[in-house]
Order: sequence, then C-alpha cells, then structure tokens
Amino acid sequence: MKRMQKTTRSNLITYGIVIVGTILLQALDSAGSLSSLFSGLLVPLCTYMILAVSLNLVVGILGELSLGHAGFMCVGAFVSAFFSKLTMGTMPDGLRFFLAILIGAAVAGIFGILIGIPVLRLRGDYLAIVTLAFGEIIKNVVNVFYIGRDVNGLHVSMKDSISLNMDAATGEIIVNGPQGINGTPRDSTFLIGAVLLLIVLIIVLNLVNSRSGRAIMSIRDDRIAAESIGINITKYKLMAFAISAAMAGAAGVLYSHNLATLAATSRNFGYNMSITILVFVVLGGIGNIRGSMIAAFVLTLIPELLRSISDYRMLIYAVILIAVMIFNWSRGGRHIKELLSVKLHGIFKPRRKEAK
Amino acid sequence: MKKKFLSVVLTAVLAVTALAGCGGSGSGEETTGAVDGGTTAEGGESSGSGETFKIGGIGPITGDTAIYGQAVQNGMTIAFDEINEAGGINGYQVELKFEDDQSDPELSINAYNTLKDWGMQMLIGTVTSGACEAVVAETYDDNMFQITPSGTSVNSIQYENAFRMCFSDPAQGSESAKYISENNLGTKVAVIYDSSDTYSTGIYQAFAQEAQTLGLEIVAAESFTADTNTDFSVQVQKAQDAGADLVFLPIYYQEASLILARANEVGYEPQFFGCDGMDGILTLDNFDVSLAEGLMLMTPFSADAEDELTQSFVSKYQEAHGETPNQFAADAYDAAYVIKAAAEQANITPDMDASAICDALKTAMTEISYTGLTGHDISWGEDGEPTKEPIVVKVTNGAYEFM
Repeated sequence: MKRMQKTTRSNLITYGIVIVGTILLQALDSAGSLSSLFSGLLVPLCTYMILAVSLNLVVGILGELSLGHAGFMCVGAFVSAFFSKLTMGTMPDGLRFFLAILIGAAVAGIFGILIGIPVLRLRGDYLAIVTLAFGEIIKNVVNVFYIGRDVNGLHVSMKDSISLNMDAATGEIIVNGPQGINGTPRDSTFLIGAVLLLIVLIIVLNLVNSRSGRAIMSIRDDRIAAESIGINITKYKLMAFAISAAMAGAAGVLYSHNLATLAATSRNFGYNMSITILVFVVLGGIGNIRGSMIAAFVLTLIPELLRSISDYRMLIYAVILIAVMIFNWSRGGRHIKELLSVKLHGIFKPRRKEAK
Repeated sequence: MKKKFLSVVLTAVLAVTALAGCGGSGSGEETTGAVDGGTTAEGGESSGSGETFKIGGIGPITGDTAIYGQAVQNGMTIAFDEINEAGGINGYQVELKFEDDQSDPELSINAYNTLKDWGMQMLIGTVTSGACEAVVAETYDDNMFQITPSGTSVNSIQYENAFRMCFSDPAQGSESAKYISENNLGTKVAVIYDSSDTYSTGIYQAFAQEAQTLGLEIVAAESFTADTNTDFSVQVQKAQDAGADLVFLPIYYQEASLILARANEVGYEPQFFGCDGMDGILTLDNFDVSLAEGLMLMTPFSADAEDELTQSFVSKYQEAHGETPNQFAADAYDAAYVIKAAAEQANITPDMDASAICDALKTAMTEISYTGLTGHDISWGEDGEPTKEPIVVKVTNGAYEFM
C-alpha cells in the first residue's frame, strides 16, 4: 500500500485527536470522575474550539484579518435562542435543537455574505477595522430589540417593552432589549458540541484541500497572480467568509443553549471576544487548524485551572500568553521545536518502515 | 498501515489523557473534601466536612464591575468573621470561599462549579444580574440554597431555591413612582436612563408602568448607552424643553454627576430623584458636592446612618479596607446574617448535604424576620423577594438627610 499523502495523514491525526478525546472525556464524565468544573467546561471548550477553527479559515487560509468574529457568533446565538424560545413545547427537544443549529448557522452565514460584500472590497488593516465596526454594530443592534408574544402574535419594538402593547394575560417577552433572552432551554451537550466540532473540522480541512481551497489560498499568497489566471476573487473570498461566519454562528448556538440567559455584552460578543478568538488562532499558528483548536482548548482551560491563585490568575494567564508567543516565534524556541520533532521522527520512523 | 493508525491513535490518547489529568486533579480535591465527612451525596457532590459550614460567594473581583464584587466579598468576610468569633452558626464555624466571575454568565458557571467541587453548601451570589440568571438555573437543578445580595433583575431569583437581599429592579421603579406621587414631588416627569444596562432599563420600565396607573405624566424618556455616556446636553435639553419639574435618574452616579453638572450649566433646576445606583455620588472624585444639593435618592443603605449597627460596620470596613462601604457591601453583610438567621431557624448542621440544607432553609426563609443594615423587619415571601420599607434620603449640606 502506498504511503498516505502528508495532508491526509495530518487530517486523520486531527480527527483522531477529537474522536478519541471525545470518547475519553465522555466516558470520564458519565463515570462521574470529572470535577464539576471540568464537566461544566466541556461545552464551552467545544464552542471556543469551533470558533478558533472557523476564524482560522478567514485569517489563516484566506489571509484577511477579521476582528468581528464575535458578531457572527452573536447572530447565531440570538437567532437560535429566539427560535428555541418560540418553539419550546411544540416539538421534541432533539429536533428543536437540531433546527436551532441549522437556523443559527444559516442566518450567521447570510450575515457573513451581507457584511462580506462591502467589507471584502477592502484589504489589510482597513478590512480589520471595518469588521471590528460591524461586529460592534451587530452587538448594539441586538440590544435595541424588544420582541414579545401574546395571543395576537408577535410584537416588535425598538423603544422599550412597554411599547410592545401586549395582552396582559398572555403576553410574554422573549427578547428584552439589553436584558436579552432569558430561559433558553439548555440543550447543548458535550457530545453535540464534539460532533459539531468534528463537522466543522471536516468542512474546513476538506475545503482547504479542494479546488476552491487552493483558489482561496492563491488569493492569500498573491492576489494579482490569482486574478491574472482568472480566479474570481470576490466569489472565493465571500465563500470563505460566509462559511466561517456560519460556523461561528453554530458556535453561538452552542453558547446560547449552554446558559439559561443570553445578553449581548462587550465581554461575550464584543471585540474582546473577537480578540480572544484571534489569540487562539495566532497562538495555535495562523493557517494551522489543529494548532488553533488545541490553543483554544488550553487557553480556555488555563484561567480556570489557575483559580487557586485567585487574584493573580489573570496576571499569570497574561504572562503565560506572552511566554508562549515568544517561545513559538523566537529563534531559540523554533530550534527546540525542531529538535523535538526530529526526536519524534526518530521514534516513529522504524514503525513506519514496518508499516510499509 | 495499521500500525501507523495505531501510533496516531496512541499519541492522541496520550495527549488527551495528559489534558484530562487536569480534570482528574480537580476531582481528586473533591474526594479529599468529602473524605473528612465520610459521606458523598448523590451525583458525586460532596457534602460538608461535618465540622464547618461551607458557604460560597460569586462575584466580579476583576474586570469592569470589580468594584461591586470586591465590596460584596469584603462585606461578607466581615460578617462571617464576626459570626465565627461569636461562635458560628448553630455552634459550627463557617468557611467562606469567594470565586471570581468577571460578571460574565459563562465564567459564573465555572465559578459555581469550582465552589461545588470545594463542597459548598450554600451560595451567596451572584453579585450581578446577568450572571445570576445563569447561575440560578444551575442551583435550581442542584437544589442549592442561593441568596443574591445585589442581583436585581426579576429572573435572577426565578426559582424557589433563590432569595434576594436587595429590591428588585421593578420594585425600585414602582416604589420610586409611588413615593414621588404620594409626596407630590412633581407632576411632569422626565426620565434619563441607560438603555444598554439591564438595571437601568428594568427600573425605568417598571417606573413607567406604575406612573401610568398613578397618573404621573412622563413628558420625556431619554436614553443613552454605555458608549455615549459622556455628554448629556441633548437629554437635559429635552427634559427642560418638555417642562419637566422632576427628573428621574435610574442610573449610576458617574453618569448622574454629569447630568447634574449639565443641568447646572444651563440653569435647569428640577427636582432630581435617583435610585440605589446613585449612592456614592457624594464621594465621587472631583465632583462638586453642591451640585447634588436637594437631590433625592432611594437607597437601602447609607453609611451616614447613626444607628449602632451601621456605625460599627462602617468603622470595621474602613479599618480593614480603607474606604467607606457602599450598598453592595451592606447587602452582602446582611445576606450573611440572613443565612445565619435562617440556618438557626431551620436548625441545620454541617453534616447535611446541600440539597437537604436547601429544603430546610427554603421554609425557614419565609418564617424569619430580619433587621440589619439595609432595612428593618425584612421578611421574605416564597418568591424570594424581600419585603422592606424603602428608605429615601435627600442631600442637604453635602450629606444625606433621612426623609
């Protein structure tokens, strides 16, 4: 049997990590041997890994810096939570959550296209700043909506909940302006999150190795050359941007169905979050899908594991971040990594020969 | 080929077990916590050590709203130190552990789970409403007793296991409207509120509803957001143009100080009326206190009150932390003593698990009557809302005067 292609092998390793990790953690969790903290973190970990992978598509593969990723997450979160609140009790939980994920991802994808059309005309720093602005706009727009439901149907207002003029007996406010949505059914489970992560990985890794993926990367590497050989730049840029947005939307669905309350604040859907996701991507390696996934996992975990040193934990977190960044990109750090990889090769090589 | 797969899978397993080790160590701590007590509750939750009550607190001690969380942590610590010194609750000492949530719902859940791993039996928290709404769903599932010192939104305590120390947002809004109408403070009311803030909109909405039934006329309802809270000339102008003789400010004191300054500049002198978020305006840096002259606010706590309890609390707080306690600290202090009162009423012991304690305290809470820093003869209904008289103060000669 011929040797597998290098990329195929690398992809299989990525899938393998996710599948084995899922089985292991799920087994530990159902056996009750995980701490409450860790089992509570399982769904957020999936959320952030999906976000990191999806942003890496834009930053690493398309080569454009987007700072509005949390905005798409916000769209997915709110649309799906709204849908779930609206249909609560009318259909089985599993079906409802499945539809919520589809709707959240689809609407976020549509927003990706809508925002992508004007934004992708720009390049570099300009694009980064405009995406930042769009992310903030989404967050602020979500905050002015008041939507209620009573016997007469839906009422929408952009002023306050009193102007909804709802029937007093049957009125129920679903979206309450800045207070957001309360009482979203908590459908997110670790297993669903892990499956979503796997789907996202399959989509991204296959896209990268497809004809479209190569077109997208050619735009990143040399826009003029790509244009000159007849690649439709706008189409491929939009494609990457919309797919990335849809996946961020799916992560948003997972986020909103993990908590009983959902409000758009600068912490969860503002640029703070966008930057956090970007940190995952940069730390894991721009363009390195598996790396960004692992970085998201580790960086989400670190502040929680450091709780024992209370006041200093955010400080230590920052220091770790700086240290890892320096290690990753300094000459000494690279040297150590090379040495390590040579040693690992040494371990694996004999086995490979046997395998032939 | 097969071996290659195997090697891939094995490395993956190794990597994951290494990471899962993190979780493992956490659960290790949990078991040690439970070993002392010798019993483990259903679902792997550890019950208390059998010798001390374990009470957890959650709030933001880092981040934008750290000032509230720190105040709560400090107030609570003072209360439990006093309780422990005086012999504890039902003769048992109390252990307190406070976890940071940066006022974020997701992190608040993490903080809650950390406390659960520690063996928490009762929860004081969370400090902010949004986080509280997320945590209360968890405590309800676990049947864990929860009292929030300062989570004001209605949904913060929507379940039967949760109680509240402060007024809810709607209660503040409707109490303010009633007070204004009963005392004929004004007939034409303007409201300036922060539409991006749940606290502010919550109060405003209830105020507007109550005003409608009481016949108060709201002539201007002007909003701003956290991004536009530096210039209030438009809002003040609109209130003045509408001829409002009372301006209701359900906002925090930082913004209120700018509104007062702006009104002073344009020579607009209505009656200003604020809620508990206004408390702190007199100690604001670089603020001309004379601008606040005549300002009325409804606050459950005033550090200037002359009763013995307040005086002793304020002096202890100042000694320990070098600043005057705010209402958050007072709410937390009271919440700690309310737990004590309810625990004594229910006669609980530390060897009970969290769920049994919750069941006992739930009933006891509706039976007790508590007098503390933030009110007299406070009692609770089954919905968890406190019943207490609102206290209105007026700023006279740069100090609070009780009305």
